Amino acid sequence: MLKINQLHKSYPIGDSSLHVLKGIDLEVETGEMVAIMGSSGSGKSTLLNIIGMLDEADSGDYILDGVPIKNLNEKKAAIYRNKFLGFIFQSFNLINYKNALENVALPLYYQGLKRKERLEKGKFHLQKVGLLDWAHHLPSELSGGQKQRIAIARALAADPKLLLADEPTGALDTKTSYEIMEFLQQLNDEGKTILIVTHEEDIAEMCKRVVRLRDGVIEEDKKVNQVRASQYV
Amino acid sequence: MFDIDLWREIFQSINKNRLRSMLSGFTVAFAIMLFTILFGIANGLSNTFAEAFGDDATNSIFIQSGTTTTAHKGMQAGRRIQFDNEDFNYIKDDNGNKIEFITARIYKNVTATFRNEQNSYSVQAVHPDHMFLEKTIIREGRYINQRDLNERTKVVVIGRLVEEDLFLKTTALGKYINLSGIQYKVVGIFTDEGGDNQERLIYMPVTTAQQVYGNNDYIDQINLTYNPEMNFDQAIAFSNSLTKKLKERFSVAATDQRAIRVRNLASDNKAVNQMTTVLGVLVLIIGMGTLIAGIVGISNIMIFIVKERTKEIGIRKALGASPKSIVSIILLESVLITAIAGYVGLLIGVGALEYFGPGLKEYFITDPSVSSSLVVSATIVLILAGGLAGYLPAKKASQIKPIVALRND
Repeated sequence: MLKINQLHKSYPIGDSSLHVLKGIDLEVETGEMVAIMGSSGSGKSTLLNIIGMLDEADSGDYILDGVPIKNLNEKKAAIYRNKFLGFIFQSFNLINYKNALENVALPLYYQGLKRKERLEKGKFHLQKVGLLDWAHHLPSELSGGQKQRIAIARALAADPKLLLADEPTGALDTKTSYEIMEFLQQLNDEGKTILIVTHEEDIAEMCKRVVRLRDGVIEEDKKVNQVRASQYV
Repeated sequence: MFDIDLWREIFQSINKNRLRSMLSGFTVAFAIMLFTILFGIANGLSNTFAEAFGDDATNSIFIQSGTTTTAHKGMQAGRRIQFDNEDFNYIKDDNGNKIEFITARIYKNVTATFRNEQNSYSVQAVHPDHMFLEKTIIREGRYINQRDLNERTKVVVIGRLVEEDLFLKTTALGKYINLSGIQYKVVGIFTDEGGDNQERLIYMPVTTAQQVYGNNDYIDQINLTYNPEMNFDQAIAFSNSLTKKLKERFSVAATDQRAIRVRNLASDNKAVNQMTTVLGVLVLIIGMGTLIAGIVGISNIMIFIVKERTKEIGIRKALGASPKSIVSIILLESVLITAIAGYVGLLIGVGALEYFGPGLKEYFITDPSVSSSLVVSATIVLILAGGLAGYLPAKKASQIKPIVALRND
């Protein structure tokens, strides 16, 4: 599914440069649910951004679903992002003047689907996250948990191969966090590959595999016994 | 560009951010309104001047004869100068392509009768070119033509008011009218923008008049227009040399002001033309200035909008928006706001001109208005301006890196 080989990335800071990723090797199979952990500054978000094609590596190989991701121009990156990836952010990143349904249907607009089809698919995914009744509400009228579920529905709308979640529970209380995790687990059970960046141990334990980053290298990569979120809800 | 979904996105964005869109549109609307009103007023001023000159061609030269005031070459003062066909041909042949149109004129007064209606009118016997000099507009039938001249046919072209006076509600075309005892066929009816007097005239072929009234080849006046490609100085030189040649031809003293009079409209026109040109340039500069200010204003606001929408653009990019779609969404929004606001400004400006226009006559502003071609070109300029104003911000927006835009802060 995803294969990363000797990935390096550094950012210029003033005259010197900060070496953030110092040779990452990572392989993720279809159907996995991987937590990427690490303290702040460990490079976990940078790694996710590179995987998400929001940023480009300095050197190293990155192959996603058999397609080498390299030297992408903006246009190609946009197409790949749309086709392969679904993003879930800590701060939800919904468009505030669009209602829930329009937000969910937005990736489909960039896929070039007809409006009717988009709204139909959007409704289907809203139903999947249990928020069909809220389809015509603006994000400002929704709670944090609801917003994140809308964001998940949006990430799912384009039927991506890989879901990337950057601290998906970072802005939520514990109970809502577990609800979101329960839902992500459910998606994983259905076969979706999910990558979650987090620094919370309990969230990481709800994944099937934990990759720990420290100072730009993988410190530990182990399978864990998944803790089902449903027992806390 | 004609993607309905794209337009839906743009309308939504404008609609959901009404205040912002209104503010950005206001500058442009105001600029265009000012431009329209200024332009209309300038037009009104030049209309006032144009009216003062009536409807004659502005490159006209009138040649009239009178009596000598000084003795010259052994001839006494008080001699009457009379033009005839030979003089007409001399002027025509001698000057070739310097002359655009030329016509003779013979003035007569007649009593015209048709059935029971009777009235007195001025007749002008003319050449076919007279139509262009006088800017006569043929409403029905035709004007005097060369064949009429050759065959000395008894035909007349009558003014709109002559028809109204004598023929009441019926058409005069093809009927016979009695001018002081002689029957003439009406072959045309004309209108003229020079006013009622001009529309109470009767034109007939110059040769016919010469035969009927005195059987001579006399001419009262010669009117011509000089080649419009001549500039002002050339035109003045032309009429001066014409005067000199005619004075020699008739043995008139060079200082004699009354025997032969040549009036060149060019000298009257020059001052007015210069003034209207300066006025036009002034209006154009002010108009362009306001328009540029409007464009800069909208560009500023678009930059602000892009800044404000950085996050949204980042989200869109993360969801798979291509740079092109980002450019088009910002650019079209800018074009749309500019075009609509500009159009509103245009309407307000035109409305103001329509409303206040008639009351401005006493301030030398006649019928201030803007032409439809100006409206069309203003619309095109607006769309271009919107594109220009939106381009840089749109380009900037398309270069936003989603990773920067989505950073949690």
